[in-house]
Amino acid sequence: MSPTIPILILAIPLFMFLLLGLLGMKMSHKLAGWLGCLGMGTTLVLAYCTAYTYYFGGDFVGANGERLMSVVFNETWLAFTDKLVISMGFMLDSISALMLVVITTISFLVHLYSLGYMEGEKGFQRYYAFLSLFSFSMLLLVVATNIFQMYIGWELVGASSYLLIGFYYTKHSAVSASKKAFIVTRFADLGFLLGILVLSFTTQTFDFAELCGNPTAQVTAFAGKTFMGCSLLTWALILIFTGGMGKSAMMPLHIWLPDAMEGPTPVSALIHAATMVVAGVYLVARMFPLYLWSFDATTFIVVVGAITAFYAAMVACAQIDIKRVLAFSTISQIAFMMVALGVASEGEGQVCHHGLGYMASMFHMFTHAMFKALLFLGAGALIHAVHSNDYTAMHGLRKFMPVTHITFLIGCLAIAGIPPFSGFFSKDEIMAACYAWHPVIGVWMSVVAGLTAFYMFRLYYLIFWWKEHKIEHGHKPHEAPLPMLIPLVFLAAVSCVAGFIPFGHFVSWNHLPYDIHLDWTIAGISVTIAVVAIVIATVMYRKENPLPAKMKALLPALWDWCYHRFYWDELYMFITHKIIFNGICRPIAWFDRHIIDGTMDAMATITNKASVAIRGLQSGQVQMYVWVYLIGALLLCGLGVMAVIL
Amino acid sequence: MLFSNPLIYFVVIPLLMLAGLSLCKNIKQIRAVAVIGSIGLLALSTVLLVKYLAMPPINGDHQMAWEGSWQWFPQLNICLSVGVDGISLAMLLLSSIIVFAGSFASWTINQPKEFFLWLILLSTGVFGFFISTDLFTMFMFYEVALIPMYLLIGVWGSGRKEYSAMKLTLMLMGGSAFLMLGLIGIYYNSSVDGQHTWNLLEIARNHAITPEWQRLLFPLTFVGFGVLGAMFPFHTWSPDGHASAPTAVSMLHAGVLMKLGGYGCFRVAIYLMPEAAHELGWIFLVLTGISVVYGAFSACVQTDLKYINAYSSVSHCGLVLFAILMYNQTAMTGAIMQMLSHGLMTALFFALIGMIYGRTHTRDIREMGGMMQIMPYLSVCYVIAGMASLGLPGLSGFVAEMTIFVGSFAHTDTFHRVFVIIACCSIVITAVYILRVVGKLLFGPVHNEHHRQLTDATWWERLSTATLIICVAAIGCFPNFFANLIKPTFVEEIFKVFQYNS
Repeated sequence: MSPTIPILILAIPLFMFLLLGLLGMKMSHKLAGWLGCLGMGTTLVLAYCTAYTYYFGGDFVGANGERLMSVVFNETWLAFTDKLVISMGFMLDSISALMLVVITTISFLVHLYSLGYMEGEKGFQRYYAFLSLFSFSMLLLVVATNIFQMYIGWELVGASSYLLIGFYYTKHSAVSASKKAFIVTRFADLGFLLGILVLSFTTQTFDFAELCGNPTAQVTAFAGKTFMGCSLLTWALILIFTGGMGKSAMMPLHIWLPDAMEGPTPVSALIHAATMVVAGVYLVARMFPLYLWSFDATTFIVVVGAITAFYAAMVACAQIDIKRVLAFSTISQIAFMMVALGVASEGEGQVCHHGLGYMASMFHMFTHAMFKALLFLGAGALIHAVHSNDYTAMHGLRKFMPVTHITFLIGCLAIAGIPPFSGFFSKDEIMAACYAWHPVIGVWMSVVAGLTAFYMFRLYYLIFWWKEHKIEHGHKPHEAPLPMLIPLVFLAAVSCVAGFIPFGHFVSWNHLPYDIHLDWTIAGISVTIAVVAIVIATVMYRKENPLPAKMKALLPALWDWCYHRFYWDELYMFITHKIIFNGICRPIAWFDRHIIDGTMDAMATITNKASVAIRGLQSGQVQMYVWVYLIGALLLCGLGVMAVIL
Repeated sequence: MLFSNPLIYFVVIPLLMLAGLSLCKNIKQIRAVAVIGSIGLLALSTVLLVKYLAMPPINGDHQMAWEGSWQWFPQLNICLSVGVDGISLAMLLLSSIIVFAGSFASWTINQPKEFFLWLILLSTGVFGFFISTDLFTMFMFYEVALIPMYLLIGVWGSGRKEYSAMKLTLMLMGGSAFLMLGLIGIYYNSSVDGQHTWNLLEIARNHAITPEWQRLLFPLTFVGFGVLGAMFPFHTWSPDGHASAPTAVSMLHAGVLMKLGGYGCFRVAIYLMPEAAHELGWIFLVLTGISVVYGAFSACVQTDLKYINAYSSVSHCGLVLFAILMYNQTAMTGAIMQMLSHGLMTALFFALIGMIYGRTHTRDIREMGGMMQIMPYLSVCYVIAGMASLGLPGLSGFVAEMTIFVGSFAHTDTFHRVFVIIACCSIVITAVYILRVVGKLLFGPVHNEHHRQLTDATWWERLSTATLIICVAAIGCFPNFFANLIKPTFVEEIFKVFQYNS
């Protein structure tokens, strides 16, 4: 494949960023918006071409029918040593081609949607510039040929996320949310960086082709190296996974994602639902051949994922801000993907159930990107209509916004796992993988799936049903404008049919295509659970009734904990402000000013005092000099006399 | 011939500028001299860099490009010896960029003639230092660079300027005292056959300093230069000094002068005394490791913009010395890149702080807010500087820090590893204090309604900041160019100390 198209895929968004960033202020809103859409549209077409060539072109299929990993171009960017080289390149394999499609699709739809949603906002051009920057960084991340290029993309998406969360920079909450997001993910990136250092030092390479193409050789490099009871490889992989935990908002580094909802809603759809937050999953998937060699690391991933999934689903049941419900739902769904990756391994170098989990994870990443973006964009349309994030301000909107209503419902059905919507198929694969790994994990994840269906339909009923508010001043909620509806309808359509994609043909852990078979026992259980959960939600929230309040009164503590997100934010506030800020920074600053600087000042003062004291001798009074002279002379005489006598 | 050596012009141009300035009658002429001179320096360093790249590489054998030597004090064999390699050229380029940006940043200073006289004298010292290979001449230029600082801060400064000027000068002079002792010691141990020399290339070739002497002289030289490199616990001149200094002086001082410290540490201390460097390096590694985190933590609670930046410099310059003490090619290359990166971005920071202070007359972040709405250009520049400082890829900080970390991690013993991990933690703390400032100063609602009348940057301010930003982005986007410039110096034939690590 010639490198022209891949280079353009990266170059166009970067160019758009520079163009809109430097000259945007001189353009009209309309021009900037359409330029942004045009740039992203071109990228979309090119990315689709690339993905099509990869999957169907036949050039990238090996002798056994496996899909090959192909480095389209790879240029040295910074050489640390002869072997440790950061290159900037473009790698095409089954998952990066998949991500190219996901990113450009969602990004383009968000570009389009924002034409309506952000209309008339101050800083419209800046918004489009940042969107382009984000798209560039995310594409750079997924096509990385080496782990350092990925880290570079990783940092850049973090920065663009920071800029977009803080888009409404005059709002205090947006500024602190963006700061929080950056610092929490930075902290996670520290782990990622240390992981890269350990890994690259031992294997002497950053290159994915070498790391993952021949994992046994790399594992041999780690042979016999242990640290605190675990093998060094496990440490490296867990440290790298820490980076993924930060970006993908796994417990306990999840706290930034709900706050990130302060950003404009299309941004939440793009960055905080569909693309950036799955970077952690992508990272693990990318390094999957290595993760296979550390059962401890994959078990760690399963445990973290399982806890996060359950926690986030619990919390989502008690939130009143619709974007936060969606945010927690995102956390929970990403945890599903993480668990799926974790359960794909059942021992050192062993793949469980033909690596079903790996495929399932990628499948779910794809379908989730579509239906979650749909839900977020739907939420954006609602917020656009009622100017509030709070569901209590909505109620009964189905009559006013029919298109949004239907598409939102499709999104809810998809995430709840009702056939034939896409979420059913991908989630079913995950469930099958979980049950095959260990029944406990299977049951646990089934419960989470049930909770998912429950909170989504709770949200759905609260928004679209119930009795509508009295309309004041003739301000009726209205359906969203066309640029906002097109993405909704498109995504809803994708969510209806995406499940029927024979995903095993495109992505599998060993790159060999295979046919997916639905496990009807597990599917049956999942659907039953989902339907029961939806029925419960219908009973409780279909109309205003006393049941929810009763439930709340029954378990007030649980409700409180869920409502306050298990007080994680308060815990972090305590650690950062009380311990780090007041317990470390302030004492250090005090120590610096008073002890270190005090010593320096004291030396100056002593010198000063001493010189003042000595100065007293040089008084300029002749009488005193004479006296001193006489006394000195007498003393010398005395000494002389004594010397003579003795 | 003296004037046929191109390096001499790095001293000649500033001297001509001084002569020109003394003839100037009004501010326009002064500006013209300053701008023409700094463009001349910039052109000279660029041309030499291009020529240097075209030259066949100079390998081993302690040689440099454009070497030349002219004795000016035969009794002690003191010469004006010059010579450069990739690193010194990079430093010269950095200095000329900052002098250029600094001239524009002090466009409207009071008493411009005197100010520029001292500023140019200071830069004469800086340029002289980087081209010298004679220890005594080097030291002389070093002092030339330090003394004008006293007057520049004392006269044109702000706040507690007399105190700060005195403190800065005395502490740096204290460092010079150690340094002088060390250099004299080196001189008297410089040769086997009794013909002493100050020329560091010859000293390195002779390799005559006995390990016993090295153990005494290495700490003296390292501390002497370390004071200027803001090594813990000799860094306290930096916050006060920077806070009181006028904009261009802060820029030059943090941007270039602090680099003299790091440069001296590897060019003199480690280069000439490898055995002691190997044995005693760990002491300084601990100190610089502390600097890195300590400076960052201190910066988190400061409220004065310049103090924040000064502590941030302590942290970043700590990283320079930290990496130098790792004694391997990658880490030391990273150290030099960090010097370049820190020089540019901290100059940018101080320029911006000066411009904001010139408008709001306060540097206290608690008294400002929402600057993005008032002065968008300066605010965007500030965000970019902040992003460079916290290591965003595409800007210079990232490549420098990553080179340092990857290089430093090559040490397998636990002692080094622990310190590398501690130093890595600084990337998180840096993010904390940078974002804290950005959030308070630039974002949020406008704190003081009077600030709404303030204007955005003027053309000379835009030029000054844009130059620096372009350079920061250039290093960040094309790091391999700079890495390849620096690397050839850090090889085992030149730095004997590497052999202990291989």
